[in-house]
Amino acid sequence: MRDAPLLALKDYAITFATPDGTVQAVNGLDLSVQPGEVLAVVGESGSGKSQTFNGVFGLLARNATTSGEARLEGRNLLDLSPRELDQIRGRDMAMVFQDPMTALNPAMKIRKQLAETLTVHRGLSRREANAESLAIMKRVGIPEAERRIEQYPHQLSGGMRQRVVIAMALLCRPKLIVADEPTTALDVTIQAQILDLFRDLIAETGTALILITHDLGVVAGVADRVAVMYAGRIVESAEADALFSRPAMPYTAALMRSIPRPDQDVEAVEPIPGRPPDLIRPPTGCPFHPRCRFVEDRCRRERPPLAEVAPGRQAACWFPFIDETAGTETAPEAAHG
Amino acid sequence: MTLYAGKREALEDAFLDRDMPRGKPRSLTRDAMRRLRANKAAVVSLFVLAFIVLAAIFAPFFIPYDYETPDWSAFRAPPSLESGHYFGTDQNGRDLLARTLYGTRISLTVAIIATTVSVVVGVLYGATSGFLGGRIDQAMMRFVDVMYALPYILFVILLMVMFGRNVFLLFAAIGLLEWLTMARIVRGQTLSLKEREFIEAARASGVATFPIILRHIVPNLVGPVVIYATLTVPEIVITESFLSYLGFGVQEPLTSLGTLIAEGTDVLEVMPWLLLFPGAVLVSLLLSLAFIGDGLRDAFDPKDR
Amino acid sequence: MAETLLSVEHLSTIFELPGRTPFSASHELKAVNDVSFELAAGETLGIVGESGCGKSTLGRSILRLIEPTEGRIVWQGHNLRDLSPRDMRKARRDLSIIFQDPIASLDPRMTVADIIAEPLRVSNPELSRKERRERVQTVMEEVGLAPEMANRYPHEFSGGQAQRIGIARAIVTEPKLIVCDEPVSALDVSIQAQIVSLLKRLKERLGLTLIFISHDLSVVRLVSDRILVLYLGRIVEIGPRREVFANPVHPYTQALLSAAPIPDPKIARQRGRIVIEGDPPSPVNPPSGCVFRTRCPIAREACAGTVPPLDPVAPDHRAACLFAEEAMQMAQPGSPSEAQPSR
Repeated sequence: MRDAPLLALKDYAITFATPDGTVQAVNGLDLSVQPGEVLAVVGESGSGKSQTFNGVFGLLARNATTSGEARLEGRNLLDLSPRELDQIRGRDMAMVFQDPMTALNPAMKIRKQLAETLTVHRGLSRREANAESLAIMKRVGIPEAERRIEQYPHQLSGGMRQRVVIAMALLCRPKLIVADEPTTALDVTIQAQILDLFRDLIAETGTALILITHDLGVVAGVADRVAVMYAGRIVESAEADALFSRPAMPYTAALMRSIPRPDQDVEAVEPIPGRPPDLIRPPTGCPFHPRCRFVEDRCRRERPPLAEVAPGRQAACWFPFIDETAGTETAPEAAHG
Repeated sequence: MTLYAGKREALEDAFLDRDMPRGKPRSLTRDAMRRLRANKAAVVSLFVLAFIVLAAIFAPFFIPYDYETPDWSAFRAPPSLESGHYFGTDQNGRDLLARTLYGTRISLTVAIIATTVSVVVGVLYGATSGFLGGRIDQAMMRFVDVMYALPYILFVILLMVMFGRNVFLLFAAIGLLEWLTMARIVRGQTLSLKEREFIEAARASGVATFPIILRHIVPNLVGPVVIYATLTVPEIVITESFLSYLGFGVQEPLTSLGTLIAEGTDVLEVMPWLLLFPGAVLVSLLLSLAFIGDGLRDAFDPKDR
Repeated sequence: MAETLLSVEHLSTIFELPGRTPFSASHELKAVNDVSFELAAGETLGIVGESGCGKSTLGRSILRLIEPTEGRIVWQGHNLRDLSPRDMRKARRDLSIIFQDPIASLDPRMTVADIIAEPLRVSNPELSRKERRERVQTVMEEVGLAPEMANRYPHEFSGGQAQRIGIARAIVTEPKLIVCDEPVSALDVSIQAQIVSLLKRLKERLGLTLIFISHDLSVVRLVSDRILVLYLGRIVEIGPRREVFANPVHPYTQALLSAAPIPDPKIARQRGRIVIEGDPPSPVNPPSGCVFRTRCPIAREACAGTVPPLDPVAPDHRAACLFAEEAMQMAQPGSPSEAQPSR
């Protein structure tokens, strides 16, 4: 039985007004996240994956317009005033960015920055805030926490800074954390440490995590469910195991075929031809059709909606590889040779 | 999930990337000019400047008077439309409009030649110094520092005294002293340019040092150099005016804006038009150059990218 | 047996950093520390390591874009370090480099045609303009670009296209060796596949020898014949690709492989990980003896005493660890080091 979703986006759209035209960055998105779930949002640049959540957090540029609904525990975040949104941000939901320095003040000691969140959002006294800050520094695995907490951000390495930012995000025990490419700028061994940390913390606190990434390997290691985005829309959504073993949408399948793996020797990979679409003048019909090997006439004319193809699985394709409602299942190679 | 290198066709397709960029080829200069056209103040100033320049070049052919012949019938005459002396005449009966036009010609010529000298010398010197770096750079810049420390006007005056009041010497003197700041600016730009990857790429292709400076560094200096040159011209005009005001500028009967202003100031109370008109031209010239320089700076600003 | 094209012998690149005050002593940063390896014609050597390991500096030192401090670079019989500046420039005809940031490596004020033609002008001044133009067209087709793009400017292109331009420039003089410095790291995932495939194809068609530098193990596994693992400027392991991935010896290599994310949730759940804690030490003050000992799970006292030599652990496979046999026992099930049948 599914509980009410923690975060529910319905018909969510973001457009940007630019001198070159209106950019349809996010287009009619439907998404939901259950409490305690780890959802990975996968896409390349231009897919809209970052902008979606920038919008939810109220961090969009001034030339952006949002529409639709973004409900956190029932409340539509898009209706809130900046002040109300401020209260929710940091307390009920927190964001972790690719560059830790977007969240850290280079001129303030770590301790002060952590403590500030606590005194502001949870009304703790200075003494209590400092104590809890130190505790959480240790919890996120920063060695010599007592010394480090007195330092400034530039004195810490990239990996440690990211840990501090995660610590800050956790301080108010939010129900939801959104991490936007949190490990992309880090070395692989440090990335592994940070992902381990995320896994432990989620297990311990029951926070829901939305992990935005382009790296399918990272997704496989952490996610319960995966939503694949392309050109501002979700084109596939499924549980991680199901998605990886049998993708339903050609884009997902093509993506998997185009990435090399560290654990397999292969002769070659199959690149996806062409480039991501122009969001000002998107193609008609399915946005992926110019690059799809299995394109049919209908794909060029009509845009496929995100529809259920199996229990718990959705795909936006007229000819998905799996379609239990129609009772068909095709292997990628067999379909449309 | 199989990964395979089978389908020859699919791979071929994937090898191509023939999406052409839209529109016409857009060099950085073209982009900058487009941004400049959008700047209203700069565009208006361009027209004003063009007007002044064209007038200085061509208008003298259409005026019945020249800059040195006195009009015995009109001494110290105020401006009037009927007499044909639109700007009036001076103490010697010479038509002020003609004198202003000729004076503007001289001032502009000085400015252009001096700026050209300072750009050519400054760019070559600064780019070489910045690119070579190390001890050569230090030595070259110390030389510039020393030159800077010299009392500039004194130096010019000395030159004037030694070689006489020759207009061409004036150009040279001003130009040879303006290049210092240009050299510094260019050196600074070069220092940051030479760290950029396309310079490394040129070295990796086997291009020698001096060709790199000429083919890669100098063209990429266009932005700052053009901006600074445009802002230098007013400075030169003022310097020339100042020197002329002091009596070191052009010789009679030739005149320059500075000389006219100097003469006009003396008789301000009695014949205000002698200061007013040349002054107005000078101010218009300087203001429009300042707006154009500002506009160029905004147009070339890389942050816009 | 293919001939040895390049032999790097005890190469070191040491930077001197000024002390914090004008009076304190300067520090030495050994970005590349005693690196030796050989490269056979037609081979692709993948150099992997994390940030600060010196792989980019190594690539540039081999081409003398950064001047190495010690060692020899034996290329086609002579030591590159002995060449005069003039001869070195001539030698560059056979040596090329592809950079990480595609657009930054192209002069923004030059057209694509001029950019690609420049190495040709230097190395083959005898060519007429027409001949040059034809050659530029040929390489543009070879890398998949449209000839009409020739009179455009770099900023008008996407990252993937710009990298193709960079590749075209790198192959225009028909070089023998190309150093690829993280050529796809700055590109989108689906474009990475295009460019990597392009490089592989060009390598086969043109008989290129490549040095492929990357932090991404998956990409390296795809293109390389041999792997060289760097840590803090030193080689810790070198060997054939299959060997190193299937049986990594050095604890760092093992940790690196076990940390590389695998896009398969079932495998990801099962794999063990060799965890190394903390951050890499500062290259200015490297640990004595084995540079990896501060984070190594099997480090002991002896490791601080001597710099472990790069000793063979299998035919053609060498690792720099004093306790290599013990390290070999550490391989965890389910990690990439477990040999998977190639499909």
